[in-house]
Amino acid sequence: MKKVFTRPRSLKDVPFHYCPGCTHGVAHRLVAEVIDELGIQDNVIGNAPVGCAVFTMDYFDFDMISAAHGRAPAVATGVKRVLPDRVVFTYQGDGDLAAIGTGEFIHAAVRGEKITCIFINNAVYGMTGGQMAPTTLLGQKTKTTPYGRDSEVNGYPIKVCEMLTPLDGAAYVARVAVHSPKAIIQAKKALKKAFQVQINGLGFSLVEILSTCPTNWGLTPLEAVKWLDENMIPYFPLGEYKVPPAGVI
Amino acid sequence: MNKILMKGNEAIGEGAVRAGCRYFFGYPITPQSELTHYLAKRLPEVGGLFLQAESEVASINMVYGAAAAGARVMTSSSGPGISLMQEGLSYLAGAELPSVVVNLMRGGPGLGNIAPSQSDYFQAVKGGGHGDYHMIVLAPNSVQEMLDTMRKAFDLADKYRNPVMVMADGVMGQMMEPVDLGGDIKVEIPPKSWATTGMAHHAGKNLINSCLVIPEEMEELNLRLEKKYREISQKEQVCDEYMLEGADIVLVAFGLVSRICMSAVEKARAMGIKAGLIRPVSLWPFPADFIGKTADKTRAYLAVEMNMGQMIEDVRLAVCGKAPVFHYGRLGGMVPDLRDVLKEIIKLHEGGAGR
Repeated sequence: MKKVFTRPRSLKDVPFHYCPGCTHGVAHRLVAEVIDELGIQDNVIGNAPVGCAVFTMDYFDFDMISAAHGRAPAVATGVKRVLPDRVVFTYQGDGDLAAIGTGEFIHAAVRGEKITCIFINNAVYGMTGGQMAPTTLLGQKTKTTPYGRDSEVNGYPIKVCEMLTPLDGAAYVARVAVHSPKAIIQAKKALKKAFQVQINGLGFSLVEILSTCPTNWGLTPLEAVKWLDENMIPYFPLGEYKVPPAGVI
Repeated sequence: MNKILMKGNEAIGEGAVRAGCRYFFGYPITPQSELTHYLAKRLPEVGGLFLQAESEVASINMVYGAAAAGARVMTSSSGPGISLMQEGLSYLAGAELPSVVVNLMRGGPGLGNIAPSQSDYFQAVKGGGHGDYHMIVLAPNSVQEMLDTMRKAFDLADKYRNPVMVMADGVMGQMMEPVDLGGDIKVEIPPKSWATTGMAHHAGKNLINSCLVIPEEMEELNLRLEKKYREISQKEQVCDEYMLEGADIVLVAFGLVSRICMSAVEKARAMGIKAGLIRPVSLWPFPADFIGKTADKTRAYLAVEMNMGQMIEDVRLAVCGKAPVFHYGRLGGMVPDLRDVLKEIIKLHEGGAGR
């Protein structure tokens, strides 16, 4: 019988530690599939964040670096400047990239650093037990916003893709989701484009992936998917925010 | 002999280039500016890269990435910037990444000023960042040594897979002295099979990491680091001595202050006082073995520092209670005056050892 579906080579055959219904696993798989399809497994270096995805370093089957909290784009900059012919990416959560690491990802984009940032936005700090993230929605209850996020106290959710759009160094910026088969197919296309933009030396690329955290949202996996669709997507619209001129990738 | 006049900051830069360093990531701060100006010009000449980062936090993490990729890489800063790098230094130590960090110390705490100081001694030799770790810390005392120390710093960093700090003060960065550049020295950078360069470039998957969630595994790393630090402590203690023969009052000073103390010791000897000087060249590992051996014949030690008394603690540990250890320091960016150091020596001489 012909095998039509298998684990990507770039993903190790080990069980994920992620909670049931968490979409980190889907995002991991998409990244691994894209790396396989581009044939870059032996020339890629990934940078893991601090947070739930710190263990990506054990799941991806290629060279990995564990970076300090929020600093992965700076670490990736160091790697890429030494090894400009390799493919270098970061995989970061919303606390890592959009709170403590705001300076690092913005300035990587400003420099047009030829790296790819994969940004998992699940509107909450997962690893530390469900605190407010910079992307937590207004009214959303977390462990540190037990009455719901109040703009008077905590301000407003950060819109990373929208912030990057005016920066000349940002070559490809897209927001996708992984809550439905259709969204997953689109997410994979965006990831592939982001890596191609890097390989073609066009500049900085970032893909924001709206993701679920059923455990810290206090929802079942199915409810979480629905919550993402009904609450996150209206505030964080999906789409390509910045694309290189037609024909270059 | 190929002598030219150089600023200390420039000598550090040229020393780094001659040590095979091709990558510099840093953020502007006084009094180390000339070092960045020099390397911004010099590194592109040798096919290297000078990159100005958005902060010291980013700089040290760029160093982390470049070191992970197998490069000889450095950054430099001064007090406030070095404080911002402490997290990164801990990560570099934990992930065992060879790298060189230069601290041209200035007055503090807080924003302090841009005048010379040695008040970052504790921060450098006792940790600074979180967790159990050590950096190798080297303290040159002339512009020539600033140049030569860079080669040593990069070699030690690679040999032990450990961050190395080169510490001097603002005056040393600014002062000019003749420097012998020497001939072209061949640099041999050891192979780095552990570097994350992509699996096509080494066997298997490489991982640069300091995160070990299982305590047994973390302890294993700690024990391996401890073994390495012990080896460094045994093999890499370096100090200079000056007029130590027959000395019963021994000054201990590093960097710029050691130069002032040399003059003070000469003056004291001319007055018939048996003074001598031990100058730690490596601040970590501290030359405790050498200092300890002098304790039986020394009436009193005088640690002279540009701080409230930091290195004095290591002198006391080395002397182990066999002789009293005193301190003389100037603070806030002030440099000890030769006459004042001499006065302290005379006081010790006249007052005996029991002050």
